[in-house]
Amino acid sequence: MAKQLMCGSHVIAEAATRAGCRFYAGYPITPQNELPEYMSRRFAQIEDATFVQAESELAAINMVMGASMAGVRAMTSSSSPGISLKQEGISYIAGMELPAVVVNIMRGGPGLGNIAPTQQDYFQATKGGGHGGYHTIVFAPHSGQELVTLTMKAFDLADAYRTPIILLGDGLMGQMMEPVIFPDPIDPATLPQKDWALDGARGRDSRLVASLHLDPVEMEEFNWKLARKYDAICERETEHESYLLDDAVVGVVAFGTAARIAKGAVKRLRESGLKAGLFRPITLWPFPAKALRTLTRTIKHLLVFEMNFGQMVEDVKVSVGETATVHFHGRPGGVVSTPHEIAGVITKLMYRYNLAK
Amino acid sequence: MAKQIFKRPEALTEHIFHYCPGCGHSIIHRLIAEVIDELGIREKTVGVPPAGCAVLAYNYLDVDMGEAPHGRAMAVATGIKRARPHLVVFTYQGDGDIAAIGTAESVHAANRGERLTAIFVNNGVYGMTGGQMAPTTLVGQTTTTTPGGRLPLRDGFPLDLSQMLAVAAGSVYIERTSVTSPKHVLKTKKAIKKAFQMQMDDLGFALVEILSQCPTNWKLSPIEACRRVEDEVMKSYPLGVIKDTTQTSN
Repeated sequence: MAKQLMCGSHVIAEAATRAGCRFYAGYPITPQNELPEYMSRRFAQIEDATFVQAESELAAINMVMGASMAGVRAMTSSSSPGISLKQEGISYIAGMELPAVVVNIMRGGPGLGNIAPTQQDYFQATKGGGHGGYHTIVFAPHSGQELVTLTMKAFDLADAYRTPIILLGDGLMGQMMEPVIFPDPIDPATLPQKDWALDGARGRDSRLVASLHLDPVEMEEFNWKLARKYDAICERETEHESYLLDDAVVGVVAFGTAARIAKGAVKRLRESGLKAGLFRPITLWPFPAKALRTLTRTIKHLLVFEMNFGQMVEDVKVSVGETATVHFHGRPGGVVSTPHEIAGVITKLMYRYNLAK
Repeated sequence: MAKQIFKRPEALTEHIFHYCPGCGHSIIHRLIAEVIDELGIREKTVGVPPAGCAVLAYNYLDVDMGEAPHGRAMAVATGIKRARPHLVVFTYQGDGDIAAIGTAESVHAANRGERLTAIFVNNGVYGMTGGQMAPTTLVGQTTTTTPGGRLPLRDGFPLDLSQMLAVAAGSVYIERTSVTSPKHVLKTKKAIKKAFQMQMDDLGFALVEILSQCPTNWKLSPIEACRRVEDEVMKSYPLGVIKDTTQTSN
């Protein structure tokens, strides 16, 4: 298939459709409106696909919950304040062990904030934004093509682990136009049967999808079941990218848009002979802690760069312990750093610690 | 040979109801099960129970059931129905669920004309949590959060959700009934059946509001509670067809 030039929100929408998503519900919020708009057009061409503009973010996530109960691949999308409203539903979806894909095109906060790209929802996404101590797999794409692969993979993993998955982008990821190639679409009829879905008790016992466990012992058992599932996800699904790290003396740790900017900075420094590299978590949960710790055998200075005032840096510190010095550079509020700015921060660090040889 | 004239509906499990003596829920559960049997839809029905006393409805109704967060039943049901339109989907909701925390979901499901059947059980209190004021609590009624009685300009007026939903162009049938006497129980069953039939005929949104009694939280005997529904509650919430776009006799 030929390359297509598309903005990130459209890429997610098209990739979801090709992954067999047949239910979408959402509520307008900038900067992700292009996504539901595309879905409304695209789903109009597919007979068994449903697009609903919901009356609220709450309704949208709960409609997704219902569609998922019925066994259909379902997605919703929003931006930061809207994602806060969806947290109740995400907790229930986790508690009911339902698959669902939730896209967060992050904007500035807290509160109404602004509509500029930030990474201020890292905590919310990775630490379980709703109640009850669950986890969601969190993907942090940094390019148009990766939006394709991670969106499609999100539907597969959501089904495989029966868990909500968050695709965490930001205003820049959503708006940026890049050439992408899509794989052939998946026919939902060819997907594995869901032996838990509510599709009518025809010739079988009636089924229940619920998160209520009144008996504490039963509730504990269920929590341990979740814990085992999360262990399996950590074991099998942790992903990261290493970029020019083999001989690096400073490793930048960044995800999503920040990683894209940091890549530019690293490239620039390499051209002037400075040995910087980039460690890019692709899954923010599970966090690639082991790989990062391994990296500190050779790299003793890590620079965490985030578009917030310090969130992922906590996971980096926990991952590496005393094995490396963790530095931080952040720009909250929707200010987008240039590669030049980040190159400057890395260079200063190298000179301060006498690493620039 | 003995002729069987009464039996447990197929759509009702053998679980013993956990509801308090005199509570309306068990009657209403049975009516739903009878209607499901009579319409022959047990194998394609999905129910969405609420948070509250009836959260355990799935223990009693032998159909596929999917729980909803408090107030979100209509949104969850919308998702199920839109994803699998051949299913018959109903919600079972209390007054707090449907008319307070879930008002937006109710109004918009009705407005979209979702092909859903809503069973709205109105007993004027939050039952499971111990009898707090509900949106439907009558003026002057004492609850655990209106110790001196509901005062409208402080606590709000009793909300008539059924009337509100009747205004929505997408609703096709709304009727208010009660389960205080055999006559009313039979009328309620008829209304429930019609509300399911409306969905099966793909006409739009249908709702039956059932005035129910909560002897425990009202601190009345079951008989007194039924009398209260008839003498007091029905004055604020008169029974009858509120909307019927098919205009057939009921």
